[in-house]
Amino acid sequence: MAEVFQFELVSPERLLLSEEVTQVVVPGTEGEFGVLKNHSPFMSTIKPGILKVHKADGSVTEFFVRGGFADVAVGGLTVLAEQAVPVSDLKPEVLAQQIKDAQEDVSDAKDPEAKRKAQETLAQLLEVEQALKAA
Amino acid sequence: MPSLKDLRNRIASVKATQKITKAMQMVAAAKLRRAQEAAEAARPYAERMGEVLANLAVAFEGRDDAPKLMSGTGNDQVHLLVVATAERGLCGGFNTNIAKLARDKARSLIAQGKQVKIICVGKKGYDAIKREFGSLVIKVVDLRSVKNVGFSDAHEIAGTVLSMYEAGEFDVCTLFYSEFQSVIAQIPTALQLIPAVLPKKDAAADAGASAVYEYEPDEAEILEDLLPRNISVQIFRALLENSASEQGARMSAMDNATRNAGDMIDKLTISYNRQRQAQITTELIEIISGAEAL
Repeated sequence: MAEVFQFELVSPERLLLSEEVTQVVVPGTEGEFGVLKNHSPFMSTIKPGILKVHKADGSVTEFFVRGGFADVAVGGLTVLAEQAVPVSDLKPEVLAQQIKDAQEDVSDAKDPEAKRKAQETLAQLLEVEQALKAA
Repeated sequence: MPSLKDLRNRIASVKATQKITKAMQMVAAAKLRRAQEAAEAARPYAERMGEVLANLAVAFEGRDDAPKLMSGTGNDQVHLLVVATAERGLCGGFNTNIAKLARDKARSLIAQGKQVKIICVGKKGYDAIKREFGSLVIKVVDLRSVKNVGFSDAHEIAGTVLSMYEAGEFDVCTLFYSEFQSVIAQIPTALQLIPAVLPKKDAAADAGASAVYEYEPDEAEILEDLLPRNISVQIFRALLENSASEQGARMSAMDNATRNAGDMIDKLTISYNRQRQAQITTELIEIISGAEAL
Protein backbone atom coordinates (compact mmCIF):
# COMPACT_ATOMS: atom_id res chain seq x y z
CA MET A 1 0.00 0.00 0.00
CA ALA A 2 1.57 3.22 -1.15
CA GLU A 3 1.55 6.18 1.18
CA VAL A 4 -1.08 8.82 0.68
CA PHE A 5 -0.80 12.61 0.51
CA GLN A 6 -3.22 15.49 0.19
CA PHE A 7 -4.18 16.52 -3.34
CA GLU A 8 -6.33 19.45 -4.42
CA LEU A 9 -7.59 20.29 -7.86
CA VAL A 10 -8.94 23.83 -8.09
CA SER A 11 -10.48 25.73 -10.96
CA PRO A 12 -11.54 29.39 -10.72
CA GLU A 13 -15.15 28.29 -10.52
CA ARG A 14 -14.82 25.69 -7.80
CA LEU A 15 -12.80 23.17 -5.88
CA LEU A 16 -13.08 19.97 -7.89
CA LEU A 17 -11.25 17.52 -5.74
CA SER A 18 -9.67 17.52 -2.34
CA GLU A 19 -8.67 14.20 -0.93
CA GLU A 20 -5.91 11.79 -0.07
CA VAL A 21 -4.27 10.14 -3.06
CA THR A 22 -1.31 7.87 -3.69
CA GLN A 23 -0.09 9.29 -6.98
CA VAL A 24 -0.90 12.09 -9.42
CA VAL A 25 0.43 12.39 -12.97
CA VAL A 26 0.48 16.02 -14.11
CA PRO A 27 0.92 17.22 -17.71
CA GLY A 28 3.67 19.78 -17.15
CA THR A 29 4.78 22.23 -19.82
CA GLU A 30 8.17 20.56 -19.97
CA GLY A 31 6.85 17.03 -19.80
CA GLU A 32 4.57 14.90 -17.70
CA PHE A 33 5.59 14.22 -14.16
CA GLY A 34 4.32 12.01 -11.42
CA VAL A 35 4.00 13.12 -7.84
CA LEU A 36 4.22 10.73 -4.90
CA LYS A 37 4.32 11.39 -1.19
CA ASN A 38 7.32 13.42 0.00
CA HIS A 39 8.04 14.90 -3.39
CA SER A 40 10.47 17.81 -3.04
CA PRO A 41 8.90 21.29 -3.26
CA PHE A 42 8.36 21.95 -6.92
CA MET A 43 6.35 24.18 -9.16
CA SER A 44 5.49 23.85 -12.82
CA THR A 45 3.12 25.35 -15.31
CA ILE A 46 0.86 22.88 -17.05
CA LYS A 47 -0.11 22.36 -20.65
CA PRO A 48 -3.54 21.19 -21.85
CA GLY A 49 -3.72 17.50 -21.18
CA ILE A 50 -4.94 14.70 -18.99
CA LEU A 51 -4.29 14.70 -15.29
CA LYS A 52 -4.37 11.23 -13.71
CA VAL A 53 -5.24 10.81 -10.07
CA HIS A 54 -4.55 7.49 -8.37
CA LYS A 55 -6.79 7.40 -5.34
CA ALA A 56 -6.14 5.68 -2.07
CA ASP A 57 -8.57 2.86 -2.91
CA GLY A 58 -6.65 2.05 -6.10
CA SER A 59 -9.11 3.63 -8.56
CA VAL A 60 -7.89 6.11 -11.16
CA THR A 61 -9.74 9.31 -12.01
CA GLU A 62 -8.80 11.41 -15.03
CA PHE A 63 -9.33 15.10 -15.59
CA PHE A 64 -8.79 17.25 -18.61
CA VAL A 65 -6.94 20.39 -17.48
CA ARG A 66 -5.93 23.53 -19.30
CA GLY A 67 -3.83 26.53 -18.35
CA GLY A 68 -2.52 26.86 -14.86
CA PHE A 69 0.14 25.41 -12.67
CA ALA A 70 0.94 22.68 -10.20
CA ASP A 71 2.41 23.46 -6.83
CA VAL A 72 4.05 20.69 -4.85
CA ALA A 73 4.57 21.86 -1.30
CA VAL A 74 5.47 20.03 1.87
CA GLY A 75 1.78 19.58 2.70
CA GLY A 76 0.84 18.07 -0.64
CA LEU A 77 0.00 18.90 -4.23
CA THR A 78 -2.26 21.66 -5.48
CA VAL A 79 -3.16 21.99 -9.13
CA LEU A 80 -4.67 25.31 -10.15
CA ALA A 81 -6.19 24.96 -13.60
CA GLU A 82 -8.15 27.54 -15.54
CA GLN A 83 -10.31 24.76 -16.80
CA ALA A 84 -10.71 21.29 -15.35
CA VAL A 85 -13.26 18.72 -16.48
CA PRO A 86 -13.58 15.07 -15.45
CA VAL A 87 -12.81 12.95 -18.49
CA SER A 88 -15.89 10.84 -17.76
CA ASP A 89 -17.95 13.97 -18.59
CA LEU A 90 -16.36 14.26 -22.02
CA LYS A 91 -18.02 12.00 -24.56
CA PRO A 92 -16.18 11.62 -27.88
CA GLU A 93 -19.37 11.92 -29.93
CA VAL A 94 -20.54 15.04 -28.05
CA LEU A 95 -17.11 16.53 -28.50
CA ALA A 96 -17.13 15.77 -32.23
CA GLN A 97 -20.50 17.49 -32.51
CA GLN A 98 -19.20 20.52 -30.61
CA ILE A 99 -16.18 20.73 -32.89
CA LYS A 100 -18.45 20.60 -35.93
CA ASP A 101 -20.61 23.37 -34.46
CA ALA A 102 -17.57 25.45 -33.70
CA GLN A 103 -16.26 25.03 -37.23
CA GLU A 104 -19.61 26.22 -38.57
CA ASP A 105 -19.49 29.18 -36.18
CA VAL A 106 -16.10 30.15 -37.53
CA SER A 107 -17.28 30.11 -41.12
CA ASP A 108 -20.58 31.84 -40.25
CA ALA A 109 -19.06 34.58 -38.10
CA LYS A 110 -19.85 38.01 -39.50
CA ASP A 111 -17.64 40.46 -37.65
CA PRO A 112 -13.97 39.91 -36.77
CA GLU A 113 -14.74 39.91 -33.03
CA ALA A 114 -17.19 37.01 -33.31
CA LYS A 115 -14.82 35.19 -35.64
CA ARG A 116 -11.95 35.50 -33.21
CA LYS A 117 -14.14 34.15 -30.41
CA ALA A 118 -15.36 31.22 -32.49
CA GLN A 119 -11.82 30.36 -33.51
CA GLU A 120 -10.74 30.40 -29.90
CA THR A 121 -13.52 28.01 -28.95
CA LEU A 122 -12.61 25.73 -31.82
CA ALA A 123 -8.93 25.70 -30.92
CA GLN A 124 -9.81 24.81 -27.33
CA LEU A 125 -12.07 21.97 -28.41
CA LEU A 126 -9.41 20.59 -30.71
CA GLU A 127 -6.95 20.65 -27.83
CA VAL A 128 -9.38 18.59 -25.76
CA GLU A 129 -9.78 16.09 -28.57
CA GLN A 130 -6.05 15.74 -29.01
CA ALA A 131 -5.48 15.23 -25.31
CA LEU A 132 -8.17 12.56 -25.19
CA LYS A 133 -6.66 10.73 -28.14
CA ALA A 134 -3.21 10.85 -26.63
CA ALA A 135 -4.45 9.39 -23.38
CA MET B 1 -60.33 65.04 -1.16
CA PRO B 2 -60.10 61.95 -3.36
CA SER B 3 -63.34 60.13 -3.93
CA LEU B 4 -64.03 56.62 -2.64
CA LYS B 5 -63.44 55.21 -6.08
CA ASP B 6 -60.09 56.95 -6.40
CA LEU B 7 -59.00 55.54 -3.06
CA ARG B 8 -60.05 52.06 -4.04
CA ASN B 9 -57.99 52.33 -7.21
CA ARG B 10 -54.98 53.64 -5.34
CA ILE B 11 -55.12 50.76 -2.87
CA ALA B 12 -55.38 48.25 -5.69
CA SER B 13 -52.40 49.72 -7.50
CA VAL B 14 -50.22 49.86 -4.40
CA LYS B 15 -51.12 46.25 -3.70
CA ALA B 16 -50.04 45.30 -7.20
CA THR B 17 -46.74 47.11 -6.73
CA GLN B 18 -46.22 45.36 -3.42
CA LYS B 19 -46.71 42.01 -5.10
CA ILE B 20 -44.04 42.88 -7.64
CA THR B 21 -41.49 44.07 -5.10
CA LYS B 22 -42.18 41.02 -2.95
CA ALA B 23 -41.57 38.75 -5.92
CA MET B 24 -38.37 40.61 -6.81
CA GLN B 25 -37.18 40.25 -3.26
CA MET B 26 -37.72 36.52 -3.32
CA VAL B 27 -36.01 36.13 -6.68
CA ALA B 28 -33.07 38.18 -5.40
CA ALA B 29 -32.87 36.00 -2.30
CA ALA B 30 -32.69 32.85 -4.40
CA LYS B 31 -30.12 34.37 -6.74
CA LEU B 32 -28.14 35.71 -3.82
CA ARG B 33 -27.66 32.25 -2.43
CA ARG B 34 -26.35 31.02 -5.75
CA ALA B 35 -24.10 34.04 -6.22
CA GLN B 36 -22.75 33.65 -2.73
CA GLU B 37 -21.98 29.99 -3.34
CA ALA B 38 -20.17 30.88 -6.55
CA ALA B 39 -18.15 33.54 -4.79
CA GLU B 40 -17.22 31.09 -2.06
CA ALA B 41 -16.31 28.36 -4.53
CA ALA B 42 -13.94 30.72 -6.30
CA ARG B 43 -12.15 31.67 -3.13
CA PRO B 44 -9.68 28.73 -2.84
CA TYR B 45 -8.30 29.41 -6.30
CA ALA B 46 -7.74 33.10 -5.66
CA GLU B 47 -6.19 32.36 -2.28
CA ARG B 48 -3.76 29.76 -3.61
CA MET B 49 -2.86 32.07 -6.46
CA GLY B 50 -2.11 34.85 -4.00
CA GLU B 51 0.10 32.57 -1.90
CA VAL B 52 2.10 31.33 -4.85
CA LEU B 53 2.57 34.84 -6.20
CA ALA B 54 3.70 36.09 -2.83
CA ASN B 55 6.24 33.26 -2.74
CA LEU B 56 7.57 34.16 -6.14
CA ALA B 57 7.57 37.86 -5.43
CA VAL B 58 9.97 37.32 -2.55
CA ALA B 59 12.47 35.89 -5.03
CA PHE B 60 12.16 38.94 -7.23
CA GLU B 61 12.29 41.57 -4.59
CA GLY B 62 14.56 44.43 -5.58
CA ARG B 63 15.60 42.87 -8.86
CA ASP B 64 15.64 44.99 -12.00
CA ASP B 65 14.40 42.28 -14.29
CA ALA B 66 11.09 41.84 -12.50
CA PRO B 67 8.16 41.62 -14.93
CA LYS B 68 6.54 44.91 -15.85
CA LEU B 69 3.17 43.80 -14.55
CA MET B 70 4.70 43.70 -11.10
CA SER B 71 7.13 46.61 -11.15
CA GLY B 72 5.00 48.94 -13.29
CA THR B 73 6.20 51.12 -16.11
CA GLY B 74 7.95 53.48 -13.75
CA ASN B 75 5.36 56.10 -14.57
CA ASP B 76 1.95 56.96 -13.25
CA GLN B 77 0.78 59.47 -15.78
CA VAL B 78 -2.06 57.55 -17.40
CA HIS B 79 -4.60 55.78 -15.22
CA LEU B 80 -7.08 53.18 -16.35
CA LEU B 81 -10.18 52.73 -14.24
CA VAL B 82 -12.17 49.55 -14.70
CA VAL B 83 -15.60 50.14 -13.20
CA ALA B 84 -17.61 46.97 -12.64
CA THR B 85 -21.31 47.47 -11.91
CA ALA B 86 -24.57 45.67 -12.51
CA GLU B 87 -26.58 45.53 -15.70
CA ARG B 88 -29.84 46.34 -13.96
CA GLY B 89 -31.11 48.90 -11.55
CA LEU B 90 -33.59 48.64 -8.68
CA CYS B 91 -30.95 47.50 -6.27
CA GLY B 92 -30.65 50.37 -3.84
CA GLY B 93 -27.43 52.34 -3.80
CA PHE B 94 -25.36 49.53 -5.27
CA ASN B 95 -24.54 51.01 -8.66
CA THR B 96 -24.47 54.57 -7.40
CA ASN B 97 -21.94 53.78 -4.71
CA ILE B 98 -19.48 52.13 -7.07
CA ALA B 99 -19.87 54.87 -9.66
CA LYS B 100 -19.43 57.52 -7.01
CA LEU B 101 -16.18 56.00 -5.78
CA ALA B 102 -14.90 55.79 -9.34
CA ARG B 103 -15.94 59.36 -10.11
CA ASP B 104 -14.22 60.69 -7.00
CA LYS B 105 -11.04 58.87 -7.98
CA ALA B 106 -11.23 60.16 -11.55
CA ARG B 107 -11.79 63.71 -10.32
CA SER B 108 -8.84 63.63 -7.95
CA LEU B 109 -6.59 62.13 -10.62
CA ILE B 110 -7.57 64.80 -13.11
CA ALA B 111 -6.98 67.48 -10.48
CA GLN B 112 -3.45 66.09 -10.14
CA GLY B 113 -2.96 66.53 -13.85
CA LYS B 114 -3.08 62.83 -14.70
CA GLN B 115 -4.73 61.34 -17.70
CA VAL B 116 -7.69 59.05 -17.06
CA LYS B 117 -9.22 56.32 -19.19
CA ILE B 118 -12.27 54.34 -18.15
CA ILE B 119 -13.58 50.91 -19.04
CA CYS B 120 -17.13 50.26 -17.87
CA VAL B 121 -18.27 46.74 -17.15
CA GLY B 122 -22.04 46.84 -16.89
CA LYS B 123 -24.50 49.29 -18.33
CA LYS B 124 -25.57 50.99 -15.11
CA GLY B 125 -22.08 52.14 -14.28
CA TYR B 126 -21.73 53.61 -17.74
CA ASP B 127 -25.01 55.48 -17.36
CA ALA B 128 -23.83 57.01 -14.11
CA ILE B 129 -20.39 57.94 -15.38
CA LYS B 130 -21.03 59.14 -18.91
CA ARG B 131 -22.60 62.41 -17.82
CA GLU B 132 -19.38 63.66 -16.31
CA PHE B 133 -16.66 61.61 -17.96
CA GLY B 134 -18.35 60.36 -21.14
CA SER B 135 -15.39 61.35 -23.30
CA LEU B 136 -12.99 59.31 -21.15
CA VAL B 137 -14.87 56.03 -21.46
CA ILE B 138 -13.00 53.98 -24.02
CA LYS B 139 -14.96 50.75 -23.78
CA VAL B 140 -18.19 49.42 -22.36
CA VAL B 141 -18.32 45.70 -21.67
CA ASP B 142 -21.83 44.37 -21.91
CA LEU B 143 -22.61 41.37 -19.74
CA ARG B 144 -26.35 41.51 -20.21
CA SER B 145 -26.42 38.33 -22.25
CA VAL B 146 -24.42 36.51 -19.58
CA LYS B 147 -26.57 34.80 -17.00
CA ASN B 148 -23.94 33.46 -14.66
CA VAL B 149 -20.57 35.13 -14.77
CA GLY B 150 -18.00 32.61 -15.95
CA PHE B 151 -14.26 32.71 -15.87
CA SER B 152 -14.15 33.27 -19.62
CA ASP B 153 -15.95 36.62 -19.23
CA ALA B 154 -13.36 37.79 -16.76
CA HIS B 155 -10.62 36.41 -18.96
CA GLU B 156 -11.81 38.49 -21.86
CA ILE B 157 -11.85 41.71 -19.88
CA ALA B 158 -8.38 40.88 -18.59
CA GLY B 159 -7.26 40.29 -22.17
CA THR B 160 -8.39 43.78 -23.15
CA VAL B 161 -6.64 45.35 -20.19
CA LEU B 162 -3.42 43.42 -20.80
CA SER B 163 -3.20 44.19 -24.49
CA MET B 164 -3.69 47.87 -23.69
CA TYR B 165 -0.93 47.66 -21.12
CA GLU B 166 1.42 45.99 -23.56
CA ALA B 167 0.69 48.73 -26.06
CA GLY B 168 1.69 51.25 -23.41
CA GLU B 169 -1.72 52.90 -23.26
CA PHE B 170 -1.75 53.29 -19.49
CA ASP B 171 0.54 52.98 -16.48
CA VAL B 172 -1.72 52.14 -13.56
CA CYS B 173 -4.91 50.13 -13.59
CA THR B 174 -7.48 50.22 -10.81
CA LEU B 175 -10.56 48.04 -10.56
CA PHE B 176 -13.75 49.27 -8.90
CA TYR B 177 -16.29 46.84 -7.56
CA SER B 178 -18.38 46.17 -4.51
CA GLU B 179 -17.22 43.76 -1.88
CA PHE B 180 -19.90 41.56 -0.42
CA GLN B 181 -19.95 41.65 3.36
CA SER B 182 -23.50 40.78 4.16
CA VAL B 183 -26.97 41.32 2.79
CA ILE B 184 -27.11 44.79 4.27
CA ALA B 185 -23.48 45.78 3.84
CA GLN B 186 -21.71 46.00 0.50
CA ILE B 187 -18.52 47.98 0.44
CA PRO B 188 -17.47 49.75 -2.74
CA THR B 189 -13.81 48.93 -3.18
CA ALA B 190 -10.94 50.14 -5.35
CA LEU B 191 -8.28 47.55 -6.10
CA GLN B 192 -5.05 48.27 -7.92
CA LEU B 193 -4.46 45.61 -10.57
CA ILE B 194 -1.38 46.90 -12.36
CA PRO B 195 1.30 47.14 -11.10
CA ALA B 196 0.29 44.17 -8.97
CA VAL B 197 0.15 44.75 -5.26
CA LEU B 198 1.17 41.48 -3.73
CA PRO B 199 0.60 40.61 -0.12
CA LYS B 200 3.91 40.97 1.70
CA LYS B 201 4.84 37.78 3.41
CA ASP B 202 6.79 37.39 6.53
CA ALA B 203 10.12 37.02 4.72
CA ALA B 204 11.96 35.43 7.61
CA ALA B 205 9.40 32.69 8.20
CA ASP B 206 9.08 32.07 4.51
CA ALA B 207 12.71 32.00 3.47
CA GLY B 208 13.14 28.40 4.50
CA ALA B 209 10.12 27.16 2.57
CA SER B 210 10.73 29.02 -0.67
CA ALA B 211 14.49 28.59 -0.82
CA VAL B 212 14.34 24.92 -1.73
CA TYR B 213 11.59 25.27 -4.31
CA GLU B 214 12.35 24.00 -7.77
CA TYR B 215 10.76 25.69 -10.74
CA GLU B 216 10.00 24.35 -14.15
CA PRO B 217 10.33 26.43 -16.34
CA ASP B 218 12.35 28.92 -14.29
CA GLU B 219 10.93 31.50 -11.88
CA ALA B 220 10.89 34.35 -14.37
CA GLU B 221 8.83 32.41 -16.87
CA ILE B 222 6.40 31.16 -14.26
CA LEU B 223 5.91 34.67 -12.97
CA GLU B 224 5.39 35.95 -16.52
CA ASP B 225 2.73 33.30 -16.92
CA LEU B 226 1.10 33.83 -13.55
CA LEU B 227 0.75 37.59 -13.46
CA PRO B 228 -1.65 37.86 -16.41
CA ARG B 229 -3.60 34.94 -14.95
CA ASN B 230 -3.74 36.75 -11.68
CA ILE B 231 -5.39 39.73 -13.40
CA SER B 232 -8.09 37.44 -14.77
CA VAL B 233 -8.57 35.87 -11.38
CA GLN B 234 -8.88 39.23 -9.64
CA ILE B 235 -11.41 40.46 -12.18
CA PHE B 236 -13.33 37.20 -11.91
CA ARG B 237 -13.43 37.50 -8.16
CA ALA B 238 -14.59 41.10 -8.44
CA LEU B 239 -17.38 40.11 -10.80
CA LEU B 240 -18.54 37.37 -8.45
CA GLU B 241 -18.41 39.65 -5.43
CA ASN B 242 -20.31 42.17 -7.47
CA SER B 243 -23.08 39.79 -8.41
CA ALA B 244 -23.49 38.67 -4.81
CA SER B 245 -23.52 42.30 -3.67
CA GLU B 246 -26.01 43.25 -6.34
CA GLN B 247 -28.44 40.56 -5.28
CA GLY B 248 -27.95 41.43 -1.63
CA ALA B 249 -28.55 45.11 -2.29
CA ARG B 250 -31.60 44.34 -4.38
CA MET B 251 -32.97 42.04 -1.72
CA SER B 252 -32.78 44.65 1.01
CA ALA B 253 -34.02 47.41 -1.31
CA MET B 254 -37.02 45.32 -2.28
CA ASP B 255 -37.64 44.36 1.31
CA ASN B 256 -37.85 48.04 2.16
CA ALA B 257 -40.10 48.71 -0.79
CA THR B 258 -42.45 45.92 0.24
CA ARG B 259 -42.64 47.27 3.76
CA ASN B 260 -43.27 50.80 2.52
CA ALA B 261 -46.04 49.56 0.28
CA GLY B 262 -47.57 47.80 3.29
CA ASP B 263 -47.50 51.04 5.30
CA MET B 264 -49.05 52.91 2.44
CA ILE B 265 -51.86 50.40 2.08
CA ASP B 266 -52.62 50.70 5.80
CA LYS B 267 -52.81 54.48 5.59
CA LEU B 268 -54.95 54.44 2.49
CA THR B 269 -57.28 51.87 4.01
CA ILE B 270 -57.78 54.04 7.09
CA SER B 271 -58.66 57.10 5.08
CA TYR B 272 -60.87 54.99 2.85
CA ASN B 273 -62.81 53.70 5.87
CA ARG B 274 -63.08 57.18 7.42
CA GLN B 275 -64.45 58.57 4.24
CA ARG B 276 -66.91 55.74 3.84
CA GLN B 277 -68.20 56.30 7.38
CA ALA B 278 -68.42 60.04 6.78
CA GLN B 279 -70.49 59.38 3.71
CA ILE B 280 -72.84 57.04 5.57
CA THR B 281 -73.23 59.62 8.35
CA THR B 282 -74.03 62.34 5.85
CA GLU B 283 -76.63 60.16 4.19
CA LEU B 284 -78.24 59.30 7.54
CA ILE B 285 -78.35 62.96 8.54
CA GLU B 286 -80.00 63.80 5.26
CA ILE B 287 -82.67 61.13 5.75
CA ILE B 288 -83.31 62.00 9.41
CA SER B 289 -83.47 65.72 8.84
CA GLY B 290 -85.78 65.08 5.90
CA ALA B 291 -88.08 62.99 8.10
CA GLU B 292 -88.05 65.62 10.88
CA ALA B 293 -89.05 68.36 8.51
CA LEU B 294 -92.33 66.62 7.77
